[in-house]
Amino acid sequence: MRWTWFHRLASPPYLYGLAARLTPWFAWPAALLILGGLYAGLVLAPPDYQQGEGFRIIYVHVPSAWMSLMVYVIMGVAAAVGLIWRMKVAHAVAASCAPIGASFTVAALVTGSLWGKPMWGTWWEWDPRLTSELILLFLYLGFMGLRAGFDDTQRADRAGALLAIVGLVNVPIIHYSVIWWNSLHQAPSVMRFGKPAMPPAMLTPLLVLLLGFTLFFAAVLLVRVRAEILQRERAARWIGETLRT
Amino acid sequence: MRAFLDMGGYAAFIWPSYLVTLGVLVLNIIWARRSLARALQAARRRSAGPGEGA
Repeated sequence: MRWTWFHRLASPPYLYGLAARLTPWFAWPAALLILGGLYAGLVLAPPDYQQGEGFRIIYVHVPSAWMSLMVYVIMGVAAAVGLIWRMKVAHAVAASCAPIGASFTVAALVTGSLWGKPMWGTWWEWDPRLTSELILLFLYLGFMGLRAGFDDTQRADRAGALLAIVGLVNVPIIHYSVIWWNSLHQAPSVMRFGKPAMPPAMLTPLLVLLLGFTLFFAAVLLVRVRAEILQRERAARWIGETLRT
Repeated sequence: MRAFLDMGGYAAFIWPSYLVTLGVLVLNIIWARRSLARALQAARRRSAGPGEGA
């Protein structure tokens, strides 16, 4: 097994340059997929036989909820890599993930609430799925707050990483909450074993949006990681050289 | 067009959902670009030469 790619990624100047080059390759496909997916979800997908047009909230709710979980997993794994291999850029990735993940957790909670009112008759319920998603938001905010409490970046990295790793326990709880407990929230209809429980005309826009949001995350993360690297490497000589070119 | 905007009576729930999500997407772009712009500015100031400020 050759690990040279891993070592190269761990080099701040290399990662900085790579992030700058890769950003447009994620950003433009993301923009096209999100715009196309939203159009398809709002206009092309047929109304649901039970929820009528109301089900169209799925096209913003599910991608937001997916982001809230995926970003947390990436944050937790990056934090673990940073802690175990003392890799500075991994901590930079984890720190960059938090505000993105937190914002999409808010979107998932708000769109879920807006969906819950007409379908369940309530904006909020202390239900396992809803409560565990709210805890996810507090984990993101706690991670950001804890980091901000340290002046020393290394100590902020280590303390934040521990919290992020412990918080990973919440991810399977959110995913399986609707199966383990009696929940108002419906069971998974896309991310489950076997066939998704949706017809292709409804499912396709959703898959397009899931991919679009994921690429969007990659693009935003790359921009944020560059900012993090610049701050962390402020004493390094390569920065002055990079800026002059 | 009016039927589309009405969304079968669910307009009050669908449009705010889309608006909030679009808002989060746009804010993420703005925040990320702003943090990079600030970091670049700070780095340029530092590489412009020691002596001014910290």
